[in-house]
Amino acid sequence: MTAPTREFDIEAIRADFPILSRMLDDDTPMIYLDGGATSQRPRQVLEAEIDHLRRDHAAVKRGAHRMAGAATDAYENSRERLAAFLGAPSPDEVVFTKNATEALNIVAGALGTGDATTPEHLRVREGDEILVTEMEHHANLVPWQELARRTGATLRWIPLADDFTLDLSELDSLLTERTKVLAFAHQSNVLGTINPVEDLVRAAKAVGALTVLDAAQSVPHMSVDVDALGVDFVALSGHKMLGPTGIGVLWGRYELLEQLPPYLTGGSMIEVVHMEATTFAEPPARFEAGTPPISQAVGLAAACDYLDALGMDRIAAHEQALTRRALEGLAGLDGVRIIGPAASDTRAGAVSFDLAGRHPHDVGQVLDSLGLEVRVGHHCAWPLHRRYGVHGTTRASFSVHTTAAEVDAFVAGVARTLDFFGSL
Amino acid sequence: MSTHLSALYTELVIEHDKRPLHEGLREPFDAEVHHVNPTCGDEITLRLQLSGDGTERVEDVSYDAIGCAMSRASASIMADLLIGSTVAEMGPVQDHFEQVMRSRGRQEPDEELIGDGIALTGAAKFPARVKCVLMPWKAYQAALVETRALGA
Repeated sequence: MTAPTREFDIEAIRADFPILSRMLDDDTPMIYLDGGATSQRPRQVLEAEIDHLRRDHAAVKRGAHRMAGAATDAYENSRERLAAFLGAPSPDEVVFTKNATEALNIVAGALGTGDATTPEHLRVREGDEILVTEMEHHANLVPWQELARRTGATLRWIPLADDFTLDLSELDSLLTERTKVLAFAHQSNVLGTINPVEDLVRAAKAVGALTVLDAAQSVPHMSVDVDALGVDFVALSGHKMLGPTGIGVLWGRYELLEQLPPYLTGGSMIEVVHMEATTFAEPPARFEAGTPPISQAVGLAAACDYLDALGMDRIAAHEQALTRRALEGLAGLDGVRIIGPAASDTRAGAVSFDLAGRHPHDVGQVLDSLGLEVRVGHHCAWPLHRRYGVHGTTRASFSVHTTAAEVDAFVAGVARTLDFFGSL
Repeated sequence: MSTHLSALYTELVIEHDKRPLHEGLREPFDAEVHHVNPTCGDEITLRLQLSGDGTERVEDVSYDAIGCAMSRASASIMADLLIGSTVAEMGPVQDHFEQVMRSRGRQEPDEELIGDGIALTGAAKFPARVKCVLMPWKAYQAALVETRALGA
């Protein structure tokens, strides 16, 4: 990990985010507590993307003109930046995608498209099992359901326990020699729970299963070293880590990517094309069909610079302090039920709750009238909500630019929301 | 806070949310439909019973709704408007109501026409909530199509 190179000065950080000075109406400042859905972008990211478009924009990896060279350099330099940020042994292990959802679909799709030439461990077939967890975002659930349906494999899942962590008591019977893939979230987008990656990877390795980590929620908030984690594939989204929309990353171990068939096909991912058949490029190009998100890659590299300059460990500490403050504040309010671990040291800064059984859309509407922009609903994790007997939740998620005063305003806003509904 | 919210959470909405009219699933019925709003997971199961004499008088609308105050109040108000009216009488009511709801607050509602439905029209200025209000009406429309298909 890169050593921090600037002070963690919250006011200076906030000054980097132009949108934070926005007013919702004349007397309501905007308090953005929805970084879990999409993060706001500092000017360094906005400017990197616009500078690229103003100076170097062209199609990458084709054409002999100098502009094509400049654009290709910018794109490939971004790949190197991402590799360094993620602790990846090689930039060739970094595949640029549209988002984490596409990254997960590429892995799940590719594991279902192999033939006799594909190594057995990279081919999911009838009789195989795919293991996920009950807390997954739909992005890390539906592609595996579809893989099971297409191949005749069986989908199983690790259940959630009452304490909002994974119930690993039956892991031995769920994760067996039949398991080809274990796919799980690093951090729950609803509960804030951080999963025991090391334990799960060890158990998966013992039975020869591949591991796929959905790191969309963790990468913006803590240091993630893909090599050290020991997983085989990692998916993330640029727009949740202060970067642009329209770009994500699939990281995979090179020896696996090298043997994995492509899923999306077309231009840029080929070696030789005949009318009858085509051979494919080496990774990462094999998995990047079509013109990629070029300026977005440049913006995402700038987001890595921004996060590294502050230091991921300091960002994690900042957000953990905010989470503790929020949990303590909400604990003092009757009618608030936190859907997530109560202790702040085992979880991250996504705080979801039920408010006296009120529908989350109604809760979110009142909070919005106070300028508090939170997420409401099932957060693309419908089975998780069903597990805890709630139809949906209201979620505040904290970011690098969130202040203690904003957390206090949020807690006060929840109290006012309770009063509002109590008075009706 | 209050000016903003009072347009949405009118007294009538709160009243219908707390004590919804015609709630629960009843027999007999011609058709039953189940609608879901996938963005928030809200659900409604709605049953429609029309008179069998060719006048298409709504004899009963019964429903089970999981949703926010706006969608629950909308189901309650709609059922109360529908029961006892004919499908033909309700056509202009429904058309006007939908137009108002989709107008982003630009079209004035006609209270003569939509009755208690007036209480829901504050949501027209909140695009995210228009779907909540219209879901029961979409369910009624689907149940009507199904009922007519059965009768044909």
